[in-house]
Amino acid sequence: MAYRHFEFIEKHVWTLGILTAIMVSIGGLAEITPLFIEANKVQPAEGVKPYDPLRLAGRDVYVREGCYLCHSQMIRALRFETERYGHYSTASESVYDRPFQWGSKRTGPDLARVGGKYSDLWQRLHLMNPRQVVPQSNMPGYPWLSLALIDGKDIQKRMEVLRFLGDPYTDADIKAAPKAVAGKTEMDALVAYLQGLGIDNEPQKPAAAPAAPASDGGAP
Amino acid sequence: MTTIETYDDKVVRLFLFASAVWGIIGMLVGMYLAAELAWPFWNLDIPFLTFSKLRPDHTFGVIFAFGGSALMGTCYYVVQRTGHTRLAWGRLAEFTFWGWQLICVLAMVTMPLGMTQSKEYAEPEWWIDIFIAVVWVSFGAVFFATLARRRIRHIYVANWYYGAFIIAVGLLHIVNNIAIPVSMTKSYPVYSGAVDAMVQWWYGHNAVAFFLTAGFLGMMYYFVPRQAQQPLWSYRFSIVNFWALISIYMWAGSHHLMYTALPDWVQSVGMAFSLVLLMPSWGSAANGLFTFNGSWHRLKDDPAAKFMVMSLVFYAASTFEGSMMAVKTVNSLSHYTDWTIAHVHSGSLGWVAMITIGSLYAMAPRALGRPAMYSRKGMELHFWLHLIGTLFYVIAMWAAGVTEGLMWRATNPDGALTYSFLDSLIAIKPLYMFRWFGGVLIWLGMWVMAWNLWYTAADARKPIISPIPVPIPEPEPKQTPAPLPAQG
Repeated sequence: MAYRHFEFIEKHVWTLGILTAIMVSIGGLAEITPLFIEANKVQPAEGVKPYDPLRLAGRDVYVREGCYLCHSQMIRALRFETERYGHYSTASESVYDRPFQWGSKRTGPDLARVGGKYSDLWQRLHLMNPRQVVPQSNMPGYPWLSLALIDGKDIQKRMEVLRFLGDPYTDADIKAAPKAVAGKTEMDALVAYLQGLGIDNEPQKPAAAPAAPASDGGAP
Repeated sequence: MTTIETYDDKVVRLFLFASAVWGIIGMLVGMYLAAELAWPFWNLDIPFLTFSKLRPDHTFGVIFAFGGSALMGTCYYVVQRTGHTRLAWGRLAEFTFWGWQLICVLAMVTMPLGMTQSKEYAEPEWWIDIFIAVVWVSFGAVFFATLARRRIRHIYVANWYYGAFIIAVGLLHIVNNIAIPVSMTKSYPVYSGAVDAMVQWWYGHNAVAFFLTAGFLGMMYYFVPRQAQQPLWSYRFSIVNFWALISIYMWAGSHHLMYTALPDWVQSVGMAFSLVLLMPSWGSAANGLFTFNGSWHRLKDDPAAKFMVMSLVFYAASTFEGSMMAVKTVNSLSHYTDWTIAHVHSGSLGWVAMITIGSLYAMAPRALGRPAMYSRKGMELHFWLHLIGTLFYVIAMWAAGVTEGLMWRATNPDGALTYSFLDSLIAIKPLYMFRWFGGVLIWLGMWVMAWNLWYTAADARKPIISPIPVPIPEPEPKQTPAPLPAQG
């Protein structure tokens, strides 16, 4: 490009602005558009259903409390990862995850397949004060969760918004929601969510192979 | 018509002081979080002080409140100087100041209360996002309207970077935050799963690219030649780097999702572009450093220049590190560990904070009508506190990250894992304490800067100089770069 063409850009603010906007858009369009098209093809994995009301409430607590800042939910396709956490995560497992909770940092272990690895009681004690069960842990306690009740009306509203976005909730599902969460605390909901993580949808469960070793010191 | 037009520096001064205040607040939160990781007692079982709820306040506080205020302030300062013209729409410019401060306060109050979208660096809920979009568009309007009334035909390169910063951040912010609200405190994004991850890291990575890089490069391209009192080493080189940087950066976001459930081709494309990205990054760093050729002696007695040179060294180092970490093999070790934290902080404390502090020290006396900063010794002290603190921080986190990466992947001869997850946490705990100490030094340095600015502004506070009459010089009639040499 001859310099005089370039000089034109350097002297015309709108040309500069528009060209900048075009240049910054190309990369995103090239990578995100195909994903959008593919996203329609990604079917939920077998056993992956939209979150039931209690687990949905628990998931929103998980998001609200910022758990994703220290725990990933994405087992990478690497041997030492699958050895520690179980089968690597697939895209079809997170089709109902709004927002996604893959995380970016592991101050604590990955939780993608933590469901069923510990008892409900262990989870509860651990969330109240992690150092009761893992003395060297640096995780904060979340005792306030056991004091707050889930609001059934609010969950219905959330399910309606999710249905609007395409999650296949039926009218009956939404109608039954307040009953499903009646009297449940945020702690109950969060434990239900954690215990459901990855449990039903691990692809090709290795037959008779022992589960991944419990890696964080606590007995299941 | 004999009225002397003056630069509109009131809004610049406001942003300058907001930036100093947010710097102290944002880094105080960071220090507290570092203490919580080393000594979990400090969570105190108080919801809004708990690490996981407070952490967005640190990132938002330092990136958008401290960095954002510094960027908007210097942007208004630079666009007036390089265009030889007064800011267009002064009232709107003032609105962008108060609007931005309100956004920062709202975000930093609501996030620890649990109103979060959980998208890193884009946590504030939908109604704050709308307000951000309004202020951002106003900021862009003031900037481009000021450029449109410039009295010099050539648009100086610093403005190219500021312009790209404004356009790209607006685009990223809007696309990433599209959500359907449930209530004032909750919304669901329209994207889900893998698409949401890709959109988020396209945003997250390019927030780094355009907020923390392009914007601060604009700062660098104006203040480095000013402080070196030399012309830019190569104007043409800066333009080549500009187009390369803005177009390549946007492709690299997927390197945050290596070995995940994202399609493999996106990961490979992200890695390839991340490696190419090293060229414009080092190009900009070299251009800034070579500008000091012939004035290296200034470093002896100008702490602002010291900050700038050190920032460029850190910029070169952390962009090299970033490109290497985007190589899949390296990423398999570094991802999810504290190495990421080390990388981010060598970029943000080393590059972003140092170029900001250097530019503030260069700009403050000029915007406050003083010959120099109140205390040169204070600047010197700040430089050493900041540098030593940053080294403490970054080296501790490198060591922690590599330790975690190696322990997580270690296997016994029989193929079983050598260490439990908890073993790696116990191994790096002392390093978390070192990191906290580094943070304390940096934070003390910010107080030294605030004290220094406060006394530099003594005259401005007593409204002796309001408005500061800086007559706008007539532009030189012809300012074209030297023609290309005949042979390459």
